[in-house]
Amino acid sequence: MQKSTVRRFGALAVGLALVAAACGSDSKTSTATTAPSGATTTAAGAGVKCSGIKLAFIGALSGDNGNLGKNMVNGAKLAIDQFNAKNPDCQVGFDTSFDSQGDPAQATPLADKIVNDKSIIGLIGPGFSGETKATMPKFEAANLPMITPGATNAKLSTNGWKMFHRILANDDKQAPGVVTLIQNTVKGTKVGVIDDASEYGKGLADAVRSGLGASAVATAQIDPKAADFSAAVQAMKSANVDTIFYGGYYAEAAKLVKQIRDAGLKATFVSGDGSLDKGFVDNAGASAEGAYLTATGAPADVNADFQAAFNKAYGTDPALYSPEAYDCASVFLAGIAAGKVTRADLATFVSAYDAPGITKQIKFDATGEPVGNAVYYTVVSGGKLVAKGLIK
Amino acid sequence: MSFHTLISQFWPSTINGIVLGSIYALIALGYTLVYGVLRLINFAHSEVFMLSAFGSFLALRVLNVPEHLPGGADPYKTGGELIFTMVVMLLFSLAIGGASAVALERIAYRPLRKRNSPRLVFLISAIGASFAMSEAVGEWGPKQREDYALPRVFQKKVLFTIRGNDIRNDQVLVVVGSLLMMLALVLFVNRSRVGRGIRAVAQDMDTARLMGVNVDMIILITFLVGGLMAGGAAFFFEIYNGSARYSLGFQLGVKAFTAAVLGGIGNIKGALLGGLLLGVIENWGASLFGSNQNMGTVTAFVVLVLVLMVRPNGLLGESMGRSRA
Amino acid sequence: MSDDNLRDPNAGPPTAAAKVALGDRISAAGDTRRRWSQKFQELPTPVRWTFGLLGLSFLYYLPVLNPPVITTTGTDFASLLAGSVIIFVIVALGLNVVVGMAGMLDLGYVGFYAVGAYTLAILTSKHAHWPWAIAVVAAMGVAMLSGVLLGAPTLRLRGDYLAIVTLGFGEIIRLLAERFDWLGAKPGISNIPPPPNIGPIHFGVLDSKSFYWLGLTIAIIIYFFLRRLEKSRIGRAWTAIREDEDAAELMGVPTFKFKLAAFGIGAAVGGLAGTLYATKTAFISPDNFQLKLSILFLAAVVLGGPGNMPGVVLGAVVVSYLPERFRFLDTSRYFWFGVALVVMMIFRPQGLWPRRIHGSRGQPDEDIPAFEDVKEGDPDLEGGAHGTALA
Repeated sequence: MQKSTVRRFGALAVGLALVAAACGSDSKTSTATTAPSGATTTAAGAGVKCSGIKLAFIGALSGDNGNLGKNMVNGAKLAIDQFNAKNPDCQVGFDTSFDSQGDPAQATPLADKIVNDKSIIGLIGPGFSGETKATMPKFEAANLPMITPGATNAKLSTNGWKMFHRILANDDKQAPGVVTLIQNTVKGTKVGVIDDASEYGKGLADAVRSGLGASAVATAQIDPKAADFSAAVQAMKSANVDTIFYGGYYAEAAKLVKQIRDAGLKATFVSGDGSLDKGFVDNAGASAEGAYLTATGAPADVNADFQAAFNKAYGTDPALYSPEAYDCASVFLAGIAAGKVTRADLATFVSAYDAPGITKQIKFDATGEPVGNAVYYTVVSGGKLVAKGLIK
Repeated sequence: MSFHTLISQFWPSTINGIVLGSIYALIALGYTLVYGVLRLINFAHSEVFMLSAFGSFLALRVLNVPEHLPGGADPYKTGGELIFTMVVMLLFSLAIGGASAVALERIAYRPLRKRNSPRLVFLISAIGASFAMSEAVGEWGPKQREDYALPRVFQKKVLFTIRGNDIRNDQVLVVVGSLLMMLALVLFVNRSRVGRGIRAVAQDMDTARLMGVNVDMIILITFLVGGLMAGGAAFFFEIYNGSARYSLGFQLGVKAFTAAVLGGIGNIKGALLGGLLLGVIENWGASLFGSNQNMGTVTAFVVLVLVLMVRPNGLLGESMGRSRA
Repeated sequence: MSDDNLRDPNAGPPTAAAKVALGDRISAAGDTRRRWSQKFQELPTPVRWTFGLLGLSFLYYLPVLNPPVITTTGTDFASLLAGSVIIFVIVALGLNVVVGMAGMLDLGYVGFYAVGAYTLAILTSKHAHWPWAIAVVAAMGVAMLSGVLLGAPTLRLRGDYLAIVTLGFGEIIRLLAERFDWLGAKPGISNIPPPPNIGPIHFGVLDSKSFYWLGLTIAIIIYFFLRRLEKSRIGRAWTAIREDEDAAELMGVPTFKFKLAAFGIGAAVGGLAGTLYATKTAFISPDNFQLKLSILFLAAVVLGGPGNMPGVVLGAVVVSYLPERFRFLDTSRYFWFGVALVVMMIFRPQGLWPRRIHGSRGQPDEDIPAFEDVKEGDPDLEGGAHGTALA
């Protein structure tokens, strides 16, 4: 009895071992290990050759603030599609499956995936500041160059990350713009500042608070996941503010401004680039009327050719961050065209880049910040977002 | 900790607390009724509330009310049209609340009752049902996990002012409406024949069965009534707040359940008291800790734990079985 | 329940009449498993050890092997094993102590997980730079302390009340982490350093396999430690408390003390899992520790087989691996787990791999369902559901 049992088990074990050995000898298929093959440039303009390389995007493609991520993808994809059309021998892939919903917690495992996919040589994004902070150490360790079209928190460039690049001016430039807007255009004297506790929202709001100095008479913080912001609204109301600045994203901005108006508070509502989306107007309705929204991202008409091409491809005008994402992708594509198809080569290329893009002259300083610091603003008028140009 | 803020905002905090608290109380009634009769924490009751909130959205969709009028203004209605619209919204919310509560009982709990499962099996099943319902809406609803904004048909105006504090028409509507619903429920449970059946089953299910009470029907009705209360709460919440999302149930449900426990689970008046108290305490907590909503929630949870430790049966005690309900 | 020893061991399972098809199939699998496992027990010890070692090597070799059916396509398999599966396994083992062994429903286990993660993050990144191993031990200690602090005032509460209080605890931890800047507030704590390199084994960003091996080793140690605990006096006390707390108290078991011990030990293991999570992802924020996760942890234990250590390991693997393997399940995973909980509670509340009560006097082990499958009119019915805990 014992012997036959041993034999039975033995047979099972041997069988398993054989199967294991057979499988083990296969090349690993789950992670892409095919190294990107070199690209060759023939005579200038005659088409580039490359294969097996991809760019990727990580950011909010769904969820509350998904519009902003979609804008970025559209902008970048336009650039990539144009490149692929011009270079039939070099088709650059674009992996947009990394939807973090703008949440640093969701972004982290996605960063693992990106880093382990060796065919991804450049990253556009992450879209938001919180997720950038969470994932940068991984990209840095993997030597993956990234350019973010929308993460504006100023402290992101102070971590010594060599892979970090930002294509638009950060919040240390946006905040003074907000303050100037409030003082010169809105002419607010008693300002309440609310933030959503996020990396971006709190960062921007804090910078605005210190810029406003004594005119910041009330302060509050909300939880974006909640439905009811009465504590914050009360704080504003009891301080009798004539202006309210909100640091955060458009979904909550819409809810907040509705509750502010419901409380009978007529203060002018000002917010930053996170709120600059039609989602703000759609969800807030009449309460959004007269709101001011600032951004360091360029407006739709910054480049006529781009606007026309965008309209042709997507049937709508470019929205916030689309021009920036287009520029991000263009930088990478220029590198690919110059034969830089490994992460390390592309990283060096990006850091040394100096050429005009559609939004500005693209050149990164030693910490990854762009040169140039234009701040634009938009007003909600008649139920629509009306771009007003630069803040003076 | 900012006592200054708490004191300067005492009355607005309290008023907001009473309004929110009335909504919590209505939801809490659903928890308390089911617990009184079945000794079950109906974890999924919060999702009944969430679905009812979407009932209001559905009503406005059916009535073809647009999100905004061209030009961005809100589609306010007045007079008879307003009343009609609101009645339709209320009916849709009530209907979805009642129907989903009954479906929940049939699908998730009745099979367990038939198997005489232990209490904690019910609880785990309730948790599973709660997740299934909210995730289904979040995954397959038209806006998935984004916020839904209710078209504003009800224009909010200040009705009167007491000592410098504005009282709005929607706040009055919510508080008065909730009180009326609760009054109706108390009358139903204490004066009607079915209500007597509910109290009998709550007191002792087996004896009630022996006495000829149709226990299955009573339980069905209990869930139905709880669902109707949630439906009413959802309607008032939508009038007051105007937004909804797939996780709405969890946000409010946990607090409403805390309210029920605070007042004494199984005790109808306890639900009322607990709801109002919790709404107020939550807002005070938020003011106290720097106008921070999250700290309001922390305060509410801490209160829950303290009450359960000191008076585990809640402020008014468990008592639906006894005629003190 | 308590009169199983009096039943005729040859009479077979008590509810032959009413098994549902799903339950039948799982039970049939269980019978097969039992037969094989019986045969396994009868083998000579050195043979058993060889098989054990082979099995263990297979587990360690897994991420290198990348077997075709098991491996995942959209996700990096090693990263999934390291950052998710093995951590869930440890969590399930820890939660099993509370829910499965001692019979207390805990809806806030994510709180202990978070305490462990945050303690490690604070000690190695945010406010200090302690050596990794010491920080882990400290984190476990803090987690255990929080378990004891939570349990001391609340363990006298009834089962469902306790469940709600634990839920509140989990939420309070998350909300406090969100509120206070020295805990990172909403943006969280980043730059959590990996463990120090052990010889040739590096713990870099791309070295998921190393994290997996570390986690696997820790999981095995924990498994054996808890196994011994289960068979010890403490484990028997927990069983007594789980089956009938009042009777245990009457028999002189100091139930409160042992319940507190269960909480503390469960919390320590949960904290340990939290540290592994923090160290693998190098970044934590309050959003990583939501109630949803507590429910997933609970699902792992309840679906797997509460009170049975191999069962909860199976449950953990199911809960963490399946949604990644079958990508279409990915975003809807909480929905499916919710449905699974409801369905399992109706048809097989004892889990996929139920625990066994060792027969007395050397009788063959048989599966005793944790939740009795008793119907009305059954002569074994003793006046309805009145049991404590999960019995």
